[in-house]
Amino acid sequence: MFALTHDPIDTVGIARRLQKPEDGALVIFEGVVRDNARGKSVRYLEYEAYESMALKKIEETGSLARTRFDIRDIAVVHRLGRMEIGECSIVIAVASAHRGPAFDACRFAIDTIKEIVPVWKKEFYEDGEVWIEGASKG
Amino acid sequence: MSIRVLFFATMAEITGTRETSVESSGYTDVISVFNKFARDFPLLEGYRASVLLAVNSEFARPDTSVRDGDEVAFFPPVSGG
Repeated sequence: MFALTHDPIDTVGIARRLQKPEDGALVIFEGVVRDNARGKSVRYLEYEAYESMALKKIEETGSLARTRFDIRDIAVVHRLGRMEIGECSIVIAVASAHRGPAFDACRFAIDTIKEIVPVWKKEFYEDGEVWIEGASKG
Repeated sequence: MSIRVLFFATMAEITGTRETSVESSGYTDVISVFNKFARDFPLLEGYRASVLLAVNSEFARPDTSVRDGDEVAFFPPVSGG
């Protein structure tokens, strides 16, 4: 399952739908909104995406993870719009027979997504707001 | 005969728009489209070195060709996750 949503992410629901009886490992990563960045206090975040391309690049990342690692399946959901401190902005769930490939594929997926998926976050502070720009491209 | 042009994040703020279009006849590659908007919105010049280019939802190079009906997008390095 690969999706973009403007609603809160149901991490447990995503994980349970992914899991099958043959799985021995289920690794879940949540990216969550932090109350500080670059030495400043963050009030909330907004995420914007080039949605058609973002979904395509998330799907590509998932396919690549399935090819590179011995996993059974992977799900990625990225939330867009305004998010409060502590809320989940992205969930990646990986199911496999054994834990090693699941951890590796999950790490690979979040690292790749942060490089190639066209999503941007804007940090809102007490005294202003700033679009955050990443360091590299895919 | 037009090319759809999308801007995101900082670049949407600089141009004041998320979506516009240009006549396709005047443009052969992606960078020629960027150059047009950099002339219209000089602040975009500051992004010439870092701007990411896409044609039809795929990363593109400056010399990637564009034609009528294409969707071109300009955006800063991504910061999702």
